[in-house]
Amino acid sequence: MIANTCEPEAVDRQQPYALDLRERTFKISHLQILDEQCNLDAEREPDLSTEDLIRLYRSMVLARAVDDRMLKLQRQGRIGTFPLCTGQEAASCGPALAMTPKDWFVGSFRELAGRLLRGEPIENGFLLFNGYEEGNVFQGGERTLPVSIIIAAQALHAVGIAYAMKIRGETDSAVVCFLGDGATSQGDFHEAMNFASVWQVPVVFVCANNHWAISLPREKQTHSQTLAQKAIAYDMPGIQVDGNDALATYQATKDALDRARAGGGPTFIEAVTYRLMMHTTSDDPSRYQLPEQLQAWQARDPLIRFKGYLEAKGIWNDEQEAGLEAEVRQQIDDAVKAFEARNDFKPDAPFDHVFGTKVPRIEEQRTEFLDHLREESTDAQ
Amino acid sequence: MRNKLNMVQAINLALDQEMGNDDSVVAIGQDIGVNGGVFRVTEGLFEKYGESRVIDTPLAESAILGTSIGMAVAGLKPVAEMQFSGFSYLMFGQLEGHAARLRSRTQGAISVPLVVRMPYGGGVRALEHHSESREAMYGHVPGVKVVIPSTPSNARALLVSAIRDPDPVIFMEPKRSYRAFREEVSEEEHVMEIGKAQVLQEGTDLTVVSWGAMMRPTLQAVEEVQDQRGVSIELIDLLTISPMDGDTISGSVEKTGRCVVVQEAPKSFGPSSEIIATINDNALMYLEAPVRRVSGYDVATPYFGREPAYLPTNGRIRRAIEETLDF
Ligand SMILES: Cc1ncc(C[n+]2csc(CCOP(=O)(O)OP(=O)(O)O)c2C)c(N)n1
Ligand SMILES: [Mg+2]
Repeated sequence: MIANTCEPEAVDRQQPYALDLRERTFKISHLQILDEQCNLDAEREPDLSTEDLIRLYRSMVLARAVDDRMLKLQRQGRIGTFPLCTGQEAASCGPALAMTPKDWFVGSFRELAGRLLRGEPIENGFLLFNGYEEGNVFQGGERTLPVSIIIAAQALHAVGIAYAMKIRGETDSAVVCFLGDGATSQGDFHEAMNFASVWQVPVVFVCANNHWAISLPREKQTHSQTLAQKAIAYDMPGIQVDGNDALATYQATKDALDRARAGGGPTFIEAVTYRLMMHTTSDDPSRYQLPEQLQAWQARDPLIRFKGYLEAKGIWNDEQEAGLEAEVRQQIDDAVKAFEARNDFKPDAPFDHVFGTKVPRIEEQRTEFLDHLREESTDAQ
Repeated sequence: MRNKLNMVQAINLALDQEMGNDDSVVAIGQDIGVNGGVFRVTEGLFEKYGESRVIDTPLAESAILGTSIGMAVAGLKPVAEMQFSGFSYLMFGQLEGHAARLRSRTQGAISVPLVVRMPYGGGVRALEHHSESREAMYGHVPGVKVVIPSTPSNARALLVSAIRDPDPVIFMEPKRSYRAFREEVSEEEHVMEIGKAQVLQEGTDLTVVSWGAMMRPTLQAVEEVQDQRGVSIELIDLLTISPMDGDTISGSVEKTGRCVVVQEAPKSFGPSSEIIATINDNALMYLEAPVRRVSGYDVATPYFGREPAYLPTNGRIRRAIEETLDF
C-alpha cells in the first residue's frame, strides 16, 4: 500500500507561522437538559417511559441511602473502608439506563448507583467492602466487570472487549467504560483512547469529572480547559454533559451507544459532577477543600432536581416519595441482616482460585494452611 | 533531644531534616502536599518547603518515577512516594529499564540517586491492592537497592541513608507498623548503613531472620520460646533486602546450626528463598536441621475478611522454631 500523502484537513498551510497558535480552533459541546432549578429543555427531553424514569430515580435514591447506611456501618466498625458515590448518582445511573443487558459495564469504583440500576445486589457492596471477594460477582452480571481499583486500567479492558465485539460482528452491543478525572492522567487512559480510535471499536468512555482525585483538584490534574477536549487528539468525539442531570447523562450515552453499535466508533463523555462526600471513609476533605465550593455543588444535587422533574411531569408525589423511602430502608435493612448473618466464607477459598486447574504446589500449601488453622484454634483454647 | 515517635513521625523527621539540610532533595507523589500524604507521612512539609519542593503530581505512577529519574539525572534528589506499593507496578518499566540501568548503560557517567517510598504489607483491613508484600519483585532488579525498616528509629536512619545513597533505593514501609508503637528517636544525625543486617540479640542455639512488619510477631515468638525452653536464639533483622547481607546470616548460622526465616510475602521466589540459598552456599556443613521458613502462601492476597489467617502469626513462627530446635 502507498503511504497516505494527502494533507490532513487539520493542517492549514495558509496560517502564518507561529509557534504558539493560541487561536482555538475547537469548541466543546455541552449537554444539559434539566438544570438545577428544574427547568427543562423540552426539545431535548428524552423519550423515556414513566417506568424507566422511576427506575432511574429509584436507583439514585437507593444508592444515596446505601451510602448513608454504609457510612454509619463503617463508623461502627461493621464494614471497612469504602468510596462514597453521593452526589454522583446521575453520572452513572443515566448511562446505566441507556445500556441494554448485552452491553458491557466496565466500571471504576464510584458507580454504585449505576451498578444497582443494572441489577447488582446491595449485599455485594457490603461483602466487597467488608473484605470478601464474593461481592464481586452476581447472577446476571455476566457482562459487568468488578470494581477496578487500579486507576484507568479498566479503560484498556473496555477497548479489548469492544474489539472482541467488533470482530465477532456483534452489532447490538457496545461497552460503557467509567472512569474519573484523575484517570485521564494515566498512560493506560491515553493508550485506551488511542487503541479505541485506531481500531474504531464500539466503546463509550464516561468520565466523571467530580473535581477531585482524593486531594488533587481538577485544575492540577490537567492543564486542559476540559477533559472532553482530550478526545480531539484521538479524532474521537468528545463532549461535556451536566453530570448531575440524569436526563443528559442518559441521552448522551444513548446517542454514543447508538453510534457505536452502528459502527461509528468510540466516544468520550465528560460528565461534570461533584464528589459531595469524602473520597473514601479514610479521607478528611477538610484538609484540602473549601466549604464554599462544596456548598455550591450541594445546591446542584442530582436527586433533588430529578424529583422536581418527576413531580412537574405529574408522575411523582409526596406519598410515592414516602413509600420509596420506606421501601429503600427495608431493602437495606434486609441486605444488612442477610450480609451479617452470612458465615459461609470458606477459609481456604483463595487456594481454589489461583488457577483454573489444580496445581500440586498450591494444594500442598492448602494442606499446610488448614493444618495451621487447626493449630491456631487449638492454641486459642 | 530525644522524642518518642511512631514510624510515620520518624519518617517525616528524616524527610524534614534531609530537605532542610540539602536544597536538592524534593518530595514528589500523589496527595503528599496539601493533604500531607494519605498516611500523613509528609505532613507539614508542603507548608515548610513549598509547592516546588513538595510536588503534588497528577495521577500517574510511571510519570512520577520517570520524571524523578530526569530530576535525579539533573542533580536533584527526588524522594518519590507511591501511595501504596500495589500501585507501584505502573512504574516498573521506568525502574527496570532506566532507574536501574542508567549507571551501567553509561559506564558510570550518569547516576540516578533517588528514593521511592511505598507503604506495603497487610494487616490493616484495607482494600484490594493495598496489602501486598512484593519486595521480591524489586529485589530481583539489579542496580536497585531495597530497604525495609521495622521500627521508627531504623526507618528514620535508613531513610536518611537512602536519600544520601548515590543509587536508586526502593524504601518499603511496613504500614502495619506505622502507628503500632513508639520509640525514642534522636533529633541528632543518625544513619544506618544500607546493605547491613542487624543482629538484635545474640544467641547460640538457633538463628531467626525476618524483616519489616514480621519483626514484631517474630520477636514475640522468640521471647516465648526462650522463656519456655531456656534456649538462646539469635535474632536478625534483615533491613536491606537487596543487596543482601549474606555474611551476617551465614556467620550466625555457622554458630547456631539452625535457622528459621519469617517472611510475609508469598512463599515462592521471595527473599527467604535467597536467604536459604545463601546459607546453602556458605554454611551448609554447619547445619544441624533443615532451614525452615514461615511465609505467606502462593495465592493472591485475600481481601481483608480472610487476610488474618494468611499472615504469619507468632504461633506459626513459634512452632517452626520449636520444630527446628527439636529436629
Ligand atoms: C494506579 C493507582 N494509583 C493510585 C491509586 C490511589 N487512588 C485511589 S482513588 C484515587 C483518585 C482517583 O481520582 P479519580 O480518577 O478522579 O476518581 P474519583 O476518586 O474522583 O472517583 C487515587 C489516587 C489507585 N487506586 N490506583
Ligand atoms: Mg475525580
